[in-house]
Amino acid sequence: MTQIVVLSGKGGTGKTSLTAALAHVASVDHRLVLADADVDAANLEILLRPKPLEEHAFTGGLKATIEYEKCTACGRCHEVCRFGAVLPPDPADSRYRIDRLSCEGCDSCFHQCPENAISTERVTAGAWFISESDYGTLYHAEMKAGEENSGKLVTTVKNAAVREADSIRDAILLVDGPPGIGCPVIAACAGADLAIISTEPGVSAIHDLSRILGTVRHFGIAPAVCINRSDINAEKSREIEEFCREDGIPLLGRIPFDPAVTHSMSMGLPVNAFDSFSPASTAIEAIWDKTYSLIRKK
Amino acid sequence: MRGRNDPRVDNLMVIAVASGKGGTGKTTVAVSLAIAAAEDSSEAPLLLDCDVEEPNCGLFLDIDFTSGRDTGVLVPEVDLDKCTYCGKCSEVCVWNSIAVAGETVLVFRDLCHGCGSCSLVCPVNAIEEITHVTGRIEGGSNGTIRFARGILNVGQAMPVPVIKALLDEYLPAAGNSTVIIDSSPGTSCPVVESVSRSDYVILVTEPTPFGLHDLKAAVDVVVNQMKLPAGVIINRDGIGDSAVEEYCTDVNLPVLARIPMDRKIAEILSEGIPLLSGLPEYLDVFRDILMAVRKEVDH
Repeated sequence: MTQIVVLSGKGGTGKTSLTAALAHVASVDHRLVLADADVDAANLEILLRPKPLEEHAFTGGLKATIEYEKCTACGRCHEVCRFGAVLPPDPADSRYRIDRLSCEGCDSCFHQCPENAISTERVTAGAWFISESDYGTLYHAEMKAGEENSGKLVTTVKNAAVREADSIRDAILLVDGPPGIGCPVIAACAGADLAIISTEPGVSAIHDLSRILGTVRHFGIAPAVCINRSDINAEKSREIEEFCREDGIPLLGRIPFDPAVTHSMSMGLPVNAFDSFSPASTAIEAIWDKTYSLIRKK
Repeated sequence: MRGRNDPRVDNLMVIAVASGKGGTGKTTVAVSLAIAAAEDSSEAPLLLDCDVEEPNCGLFLDIDFTSGRDTGVLVPEVDLDKCTYCGKCSEVCVWNSIAVAGETVLVFRDLCHGCGSCSLVCPVNAIEEITHVTGRIEGGSNGTIRFARGILNVGQAMPVPVIKALLDEYLPAAGNSTVIIDSSPGTSCPVVESVSRSDYVILVTEPTPFGLHDLKAAVDVVVNQMKLPAGVIINRDGIGDSAVEEYCTDVNLPVLARIPMDRKIAEILSEGIPLLSGLPEYLDVFRDILMAVRKEVDH
């Protein structure tokens, strides 16, 4: 099994559109398994329109609850909570309250309460799904808004996808990653053989490119770069190419700004399935060829 | 701490800029609001870049940084002369970040959330807490806008402690000014932390199926769960369909502004030029947004 993760650092540089288009192109010659590791903004489904097969509840971290029959309002929980999750007493009933959105589930209040008036329990923080798309099984998830542990949910989704990919000879696991560099990104790239970094020729994306490159290298993953909307700023595109050459990072290609990408999104299709001759589609086909030659060498 | 739930300072107004989907223009909006606020108020506005994984506001403003320090998570350091290897610390740690094996104690700093539970339960007070540096906060000004940002170090997993440190340090110094907070994309813990102390949240989206899907998730956390007043800016208006517009009408979310799809905007921003410097005709759009939000907040 070979695992490819699509990342970007900066959001909105076309990770999901690229992943769906690569799935379309790569599925011609390869058995694919797909995973959407952007559980905050799980959009791959919109382009793949898969048939749902299974749904599983995702249990996140602990949340504290105060049992008021036992509580003496001593305030110890408020004192020890480092996350501001124990709200000061309400003048109306002088009760301390737990703010569940702020509760980190550390259990500290539970251990410190002299009256054993605090209980903690694991809560459902989202759901993950197995669905069937035209290009292979899609593993995806939905995080309940405002929840923590999105890294843990990403790991759950990925582990299930890896299990299937491992059972198929020469399968390719294609992972659509989240933006940023923090815990869900680290979870999304765990075990990847190649990270495709989608960037743009602009100061923000270039700044974030250096941070995501640092992140994937920190975890020992080989990066390759593609430049999306490359014609928005030709000079900055050349800057990125120059930087990649100097740093020994393979450049997979340039994708020009192409209205077909948005149109295909409105149709719920990967851009290559919508119009295989559009400028973006042609570019992505070449990007897949280059990507495959990179992973074959490994 | 000032902001929501706290005694009001006369004109202090904290506006957070968030979005479910990344790359919809949060930073562009936040920087533009700060520039518009600077034009119209006697006191310099404060712009706080809470997108600590990708802090990009500073790329658009020529900031002279005058303060800064490392920040991070309080992690345990065990005094082995006092430790009796009883293992209580490891029993209570839900993150598995401290382990006692024979006569050694292993601390996995990158897993530690800094809750302090281990040091509280240690019967012999063998645990001291020290800061494990995971990022940096720094502040300064460009003459008209006061600015501060947090930066998560590459390879670190947890943005929230850096965001918290940034807000704790710089928000109380806001005075009577307008505060603009640029949040990270998504809907999970860093977003909750970034917007939690604001009076109003501006959700930036684009009129596409991705934009709509992620706007709904953002509304769920900001409006339904956190009960914060919110409005929407539709960016790249014209590229997609009318579903976002219809959704906003359905759930009674005001559309504060529509910024058209314009290749010129993308080109200007790619150079690191603020929208309002490159295309000053947009100044009135952001003035109007500030006025509309002020009305809502004072209401």
